[in-house]
Amino acid sequence: MKQPKIIVVGGGLAGLMATIRVAEAGLPVDLFSIVPVKRSHSVCAQGGINAAKNQKGEGDSTAKHFDDTIYGGDFLANQPLVKRMCEAAPGIIDLLDRMGVMFNRTPEGLLDYRRFGGTLYHRTAFAGATTGQQLLYALDEQVRRHESEGKVQKFEGATFLSAVLDESGVCRGICSMDLRSMEVTTHAADAVIVATGGIGAIFGRSTNSVVCTGSAQSALFQQGVDYANGEFIQVHPTAIPGEDKLRLMSESARGEGGRVWVPRNPNDQRAPRTIPDGERFYFLEEWYPKYGNLVPRDIATRAIHRIVYQERLGLHGKAAVYLDVTHIPRETLDRKLEGILEIYEKFLGIDPRVEPMQVFPAMHYTMGGIWINGQDQATSVPGIYAAGECEYQYHGANRLGANSLVSCIFGGGLAGTAAVKYSANLQTGRDAVSSAVFEVEKKRQKDKNQALISNQGSENPITIWRELGDIMTEHVTVTRINKNLELADSKIRDLQARYHKIDMNDRTKWSNQTLNFARELENMLILARVITLGALQRNESRGAHYKPDFPERDDANWLKTTRAKFSDGEIVLTYEPVDISQIPPRPRRYDAAK
Amino acid sequence: MPNKNDKKEVLVKVKRQSSPKESPHWEEFRLQWRPYMNVIICLRDISENAVTSDGRPTTPVSYDSNCLEEVCGSCAMLINGKARMACSALVDQLEQPIRLAPMTKFPVVRDLSVDRQFMFESLKRVKAWIPIDGTYDLGEGPRIAPEVQEKAYPLSRCITCGNCLEVCPQVNEHNPFMGAAIFSQVRLFNMHPTGKMHAKERLAAAMGNGGIEDCANAQNCVVACPKGIPLTESLAEINREAWKQSLFGWLAG
Repeated sequence: MKQPKIIVVGGGLAGLMATIRVAEAGLPVDLFSIVPVKRSHSVCAQGGINAAKNQKGEGDSTAKHFDDTIYGGDFLANQPLVKRMCEAAPGIIDLLDRMGVMFNRTPEGLLDYRRFGGTLYHRTAFAGATTGQQLLYALDEQVRRHESEGKVQKFEGATFLSAVLDESGVCRGICSMDLRSMEVTTHAADAVIVATGGIGAIFGRSTNSVVCTGSAQSALFQQGVDYANGEFIQVHPTAIPGEDKLRLMSESARGEGGRVWVPRNPNDQRAPRTIPDGERFYFLEEWYPKYGNLVPRDIATRAIHRIVYQERLGLHGKAAVYLDVTHIPRETLDRKLEGILEIYEKFLGIDPRVEPMQVFPAMHYTMGGIWINGQDQATSVPGIYAAGECEYQYHGANRLGANSLVSCIFGGGLAGTAAVKYSANLQTGRDAVSSAVFEVEKKRQKDKNQALISNQGSENPITIWRELGDIMTEHVTVTRINKNLELADSKIRDLQARYHKIDMNDRTKWSNQTLNFARELENMLILARVITLGALQRNESRGAHYKPDFPERDDANWLKTTRAKFSDGEIVLTYEPVDISQIPPRPRRYDAAK
Repeated sequence: MPNKNDKKEVLVKVKRQSSPKESPHWEEFRLQWRPYMNVIICLRDISENAVTSDGRPTTPVSYDSNCLEEVCGSCAMLINGKARMACSALVDQLEQPIRLAPMTKFPVVRDLSVDRQFMFESLKRVKAWIPIDGTYDLGEGPRIAPEVQEKAYPLSRCITCGNCLEVCPQVNEHNPFMGAAIFSQVRLFNMHPTGKMHAKERLAAAMGNGGIEDCANAQNCVVACPKGIPLTESLAEINREAWKQSLFGWLAG
């Protein structure tokens, strides 16, 4: 058997960490990414990364981090891996620090920590308000070093189309498309690690980057890779509304003392700074005195929706509330939050140091994702591992802020190690696989391209995508009502029918972005249905999943993981128990100390 | 911000080139104005309805983009002749017709999309990383004074967009000058307590063909940088350090 080879798909934090782990183990890695890996969506993470190092002497511990994460996730996460992640987090911070991440420092030269949502401790290490960018760059640099030593080969500007599965359903490589030549090729490997990130594009506008379509996850789902807890979608409370994207205003703004409010009188026309304190409604602080502005995201988002849609207190009758940092000294703002304040200033032309920001919730993150086991990131298909936002293990029904970066790096490392071990134990390696297996998959994908290119119709892929986004945002985000979910599903099926009448307004063979987008769109439509059907079935409220008709968490019937399977072209929802072996479920409330 | 709410139309001219081998031509598009419209929205609207202002069907415009909040570095292009990021280029602040063209210092892939691999190769060449022993647990990193962090952090925000290369007269087809972004990264890594241990290697790589001595001090880079990185300071410092190193090498030799 040849020396094993590993393919990593996705060059964000999880994919890069997996790559480094495999390269360190001495195996060659082929790293596939749609964009140059340094431009991956992890750059958008702002506020920080959690690790209970108790650097402020508050009595924090990894056990408390674990409990906050499980409680914040409303007890839906399987507990053993979460526990391991929280225990590993301090070591991950040390590693990033050694890699040269320019974390903010205390006067003693130690790492500084800030507060974040869903915890009462200073547990979040940060590099200004561009922590994701700094972490991604650190891993990108390490991968570049391995690349220059010949251990890693990058395929940037290539998109994942499908896994190559042999006769017995074992993954033996991938099929990808070069986004310049549009050439479809197959690549053999002994194990494949999927780290393809978020799915924001399914909701049209979100805080996610353009490449976060979930297309790879959906393609894999259609090949038999199960998908779990799809219905759990995080809507971030504070983003800047925009036409092309909803730009995130990090929770760190509140972590550093930012306050959310609206005028008590909805007809108040005064400039916000001239409204006296007594006439402002700091609704999070009033409703949740213990956690105040730092309640978890699902709670803050629902509170803002209540203010706007029920109390009718949105700013000037619009869907917006103030996020106010104007009382914080300018020097602190520039040292700790510059990156995000700059975004507000550049895109709206208003200085948030002087004028309170106007924000509204936006689709931000998927807690659900590819089903993986509880030990080593293995999916339901042998040879495929998953890590990062594209999998479902770490965040339950609601992710706590600053836990995503740590889960990416922990999961990525674990997947890398597991893939190395798996490939070493394989009876037959990739070299023993018949070339027909690869040819068949390649032909299937080339035929799909050809069918799209030659299709004559009247539908535009961007129009269908916009409509999908509107349906999902309206019915499948903050408030979910069964009859609306049924309507959403039937509308998505209509879009699927219209998709077959798609007309490519670009039939060229070079760098055809329309063709690639059309392929992604087909996959987005299927994953949209997985999310919607999961939400429809789950008749309870838990974390980010809120049904006014079923307002309570229902552990008797719904303390279980949704596991979607694709069988004969149909989405089938199955359920399995949650591993609650460490912390027994208890009611989740943030208006008092837990 | 100028108040141009009365505007109902946006006129956009795009320099088109269907592949690296084809010769470029311009096309004009008439779009519906919308609030908060940026250049990315213009390009998306063209994709949805790829028809020129004289009613001729055409193909959607190819362009690079990802984060749309000026942190991934993808969408650099020439907007009204200026190298900048398309996502943060707000239509209300631009003179019309808005002229969009690909950067000129990098090979065009198609339309506005360019190949900036040269920059990533340069980062390899100057060893822009901290050579850690491994990812296993080796304890905490070195302590860093807040003032050092505050100096280094702005440098670490470079998004490799290439605007500083685009505006630099020293970057051209006859000269492989690596560009300000790269030398600024050398400065960043040479500032770090561990990175410092390998400063000489990086400085050596920053000299020679395309190296720091090709900087002619035009200072366009620092103006073009969307992240406000003090690039001229970085160039001056690396120039000084490189000079010291070559002098020291000569004395020692």
